Amino acid sequence: MTVEERKGGLAGEDGVKDPFPVGMRVLAVDDDPTCLMLLDGLLRRCQYQVTTTNQAITALKMLRENKNNFDLVISDVSMPDMDGFKLLELVGLEMDLPVIMLSSHSDPKLVMRGITHGACDYLLKPVRIEELKNIWQHVIRRKKIDSKDQNKSADQDNALHADGEGGEGPPSSSNADQNGKLNRKRKDQNEDEEEEGEENGEENEDPSSQKKPRVVWSVELHRKFVAAVNQLGIEKAVPKRILDLMNVEGLTRENVASHLQKYRLYLKRISCVATQQANMVAAFGAKDSSYMRMGSLDGFGDFRGLAGPGRLNSTAMSSYPPSGMLGRLNSPAGLSLRGLTSSGLIQTGHAQNSSNSVNTHGKLQPVVLPTNQSASLFQGIPTSLELDQLQQRKCISTQRGEFSSVDNTTVFTTANGFPDSRMTVHSSSNSLSNAPSNPLMLQSNPQQTLCRGGLANQSSLKAVTLNPEPYTMGVSGSSNFLDHGRCNENWQSALQLSKFPSNSLPLSEPLNCDPLTTNNLREHISSTGSHIRRSPIDFSATSVLAGPLEDSRGEMPCQSGLIGNVVQNINYAPKQRWEEQKQDYTQSSNHVFGTLNSIIPANNVMGPLNHSLDQNNAACNRKMDMPLISQSNASSSSLVQHSEVEKSAMDTKMVSNEDYLLEQTKSQDGLIHNSYESLDDLMSAMIKRSLGS
Amino acid sequence: MEREKTDIFSRESQRESGRKGKQLSGRGEGLEPQVAEETARESSAKTGLPLWMLGLGADRLRADMNRLLALLFHQGVLDEQFLQLQQLQDETSPNFVSEVVNIYFHESEKLLRNLRGLLMDREFSDYKKMGIHLNQFMGSSSSIGAKRVRNVCVAFRAASEQNNRAGCLRALELVEHEYCYLKNKLHELFQLEQQRVLAAGVRYPIQN
Repeated sequence: MTVEERKGGLAGEDGVKDPFPVGMRVLAVDDDPTCLMLLDGLLRRCQYQVTTTNQAITALKMLRENKNNFDLVISDVSMPDMDGFKLLELVGLEMDLPVIMLSSHSDPKLVMRGITHGACDYLLKPVRIEELKNIWQHVIRRKKIDSKDQNKSADQDNALHADGEGGEGPPSSSNADQNGKLNRKRKDQNEDEEEEGEENGEENEDPSSQKKPRVVWSVELHRKFVAAVNQLGIEKAVPKRILDLMNVEGLTRENVASHLQKYRLYLKRISCVATQQANMVAAFGAKDSSYMRMGSLDGFGDFRGLAGPGRLNSTAMSSYPPSGMLGRLNSPAGLSLRGLTSSGLIQTGHAQNSSNSVNTHGKLQPVVLPTNQSASLFQGIPTSLELDQLQQRKCISTQRGEFSSVDNTTVFTTANGFPDSRMTVHSSSNSLSNAPSNPLMLQSNPQQTLCRGGLANQSSLKAVTLNPEPYTMGVSGSSNFLDHGRCNENWQSALQLSKFPSNSLPLSEPLNCDPLTTNNLREHISSTGSHIRRSPIDFSATSVLAGPLEDSRGEMPCQSGLIGNVVQNINYAPKQRWEEQKQDYTQSSNHVFGTLNSIIPANNVMGPLNHSLDQNNAACNRKMDMPLISQSNASSSSLVQHSEVEKSAMDTKMVSNEDYLLEQTKSQDGLIHNSYESLDDLMSAMIKRSLGS
Repeated sequence: MEREKTDIFSRESQRESGRKGKQLSGRGEGLEPQVAEETARESSAKTGLPLWMLGLGADRLRADMNRLLALLFHQGVLDEQFLQLQQLQDETSPNFVSEVVNIYFHESEKLLRNLRGLLMDREFSDYKKMGIHLNQFMGSSSSIGAKRVRNVCVAFRAASEQNNRAGCLRALELVEHEYCYLKNKLHELFQLEQQRVLAAGVRYPIQN
């Protein structure tokens, strides 16, 4: 059921999606026949099925007859028989169809009204075909949001997919699919969870469909476990409550109980050597690479002093598959391959414990436990699943060498939400660029401050262990982790900045006609765009950006589309603004002047007119422009002269101001255009990617 | 008022007809010398023959069309929205542009008459109503790419928002001027198009 369901959903989505924009049924309402005919032509060019009417009442009638006849409604704002906003409201209420408003006026009040009345989008006339090509997104988005409401918990809980993607296009089924693909460790569990989530809309606490006889305490699972424990307090953590908090499918109380027991034992053990570790870490903090050279098992000797798990881990580490640095650890084979990662994890765990605020470092603890536990559990008997996990970690380590433990630590320490997907993705991708992702993940971790604090302590504590190899991982991990902590800051700021426009744009008045505000917004947008561009993980950043847009309900969902339009509207806004300042004539003349610059003014027709134009009345000049233009049959030369004359005749200050502002707007338009393009491209790419995946 | 209206609408065309002798310069073909070949229209005016009978060939007419279009773009009379309009014209809708533009003319003249009627009224006070007309006019003008017309409408709207009747009147005059010019030019364009279609179907021995 589940797989089919998912695949069916996906295929259904795909099947529907591929031809979907084609043949989308649009109802266009506009009292202006010119615009209506144009709209009709444009929409047909986009291969939509178009129905037009010039009366809102007729439109309502058509919609009421059968709302399934249409996917989308485009309506003009000002119509004689009914206010466009009223129609918008009615359609939204009765038929719940996405409605796009159309107007020749970019008055921000109107736009605001559109938003409050629930419009998906607000387009300016003249409508361009490029905009119309994208309007189908509103239909998809609305559908997704409706289905997402039901699957919200499933999405949030797993978050093995980029949040933005989840919001943008693909249905939760495709997310589940991705989850399954990306996270093989928990494939079954994920599938269970996703399906359960989809069915129930709420993650079940009942381990109802436990398929696997033995629970593998994967990293994520352990992390959840530790989170739950920390939340409850180590003293008060009882298996039942932990189970509830963890909210994991297929986990029994018994599993949790046994795991808790081992965890408690582990905590006891590591608390002894905590201080020692701290010193060691402090001492070794700076030297990363040297520690990478994993020595012999002896290195783990002291580590073994950390008792059972430590011992196992050391052997595990030594048997760790070769990476650049970790090769030496490979001496004993056939043991569980947790290797460095586990040791690193242990380090972190130890460090945390030594810093003795278990709760504080709870986040980092899970890192250790799974390895410990599994090491103890599967002594020398690596299960296939474990091998998978190990291999994953191996991959992580192999890639990163000194960063591997950091990866794992960071990976493991990050909370739910972003991290899971990131972790798995990155572990499979194994690129150094994962490093930035870690801070990203960290950032998304709601308890990131704790983590960071933990990290700081962690580094100090890690140094305590005398054992070079495992500690090197820990040490290097921790020191790198600190760096990542710094990276976190950057990321945080970047992401915040990228999030900023998402908050500021739609909520404030994006189309505030005040050029200053518009400029600010442009800057924000452009800085957003540039931030997004700068981020190595464009998709993540964008998805973060889009995420908040998409995750919120109501009018917010439209805003990602709206941003594109807002940006474009801002492009329009300055032009409109210009015109409203009555300077447009000069502007157009300037424009004409600019374009005709090369043409030699041969005509002296304008000579006598110069004098007449030298009068002070600008309007007068303008007036004369027209007849002059027409009289001279619009010879370009005369126009050139014309513009020149007009320029000289007009108040130079005015002209220069206009020019300045014009250039400013132009340059900013260009900037906006770039940002717009990048934003839009990113969004469309995201949509495509998510839809295509 | 009606006469004045026809004056305004026809004045420009009268001026136009007096311009037959002047050359049109087009950027597409670079700078043309002062005594460049005359346009097809000029030949037609000289000989009194309809364009398509001149045997000038569809190419010549197309060249003239392009030149005219280029000029209109240069002047800012039209903008790229007009190109979009043209792109929508294809086999399924072969006369799309002219249809839309004719609707536009029809509606616009109604609107302009309404506007003038409103403004000429001594007790005029309903700026809101005027704003509605104006909005529609602006919307349709921008939809077909009539850039200059729309620009002047913006000024009109600004005056209207300030309840400045005199300013509105002035702006209305400007609008009317621009509209007339646009209409004439577009008519010319369509004429050329028609002729070109006809000429393309006609085979004459080439005359020198």
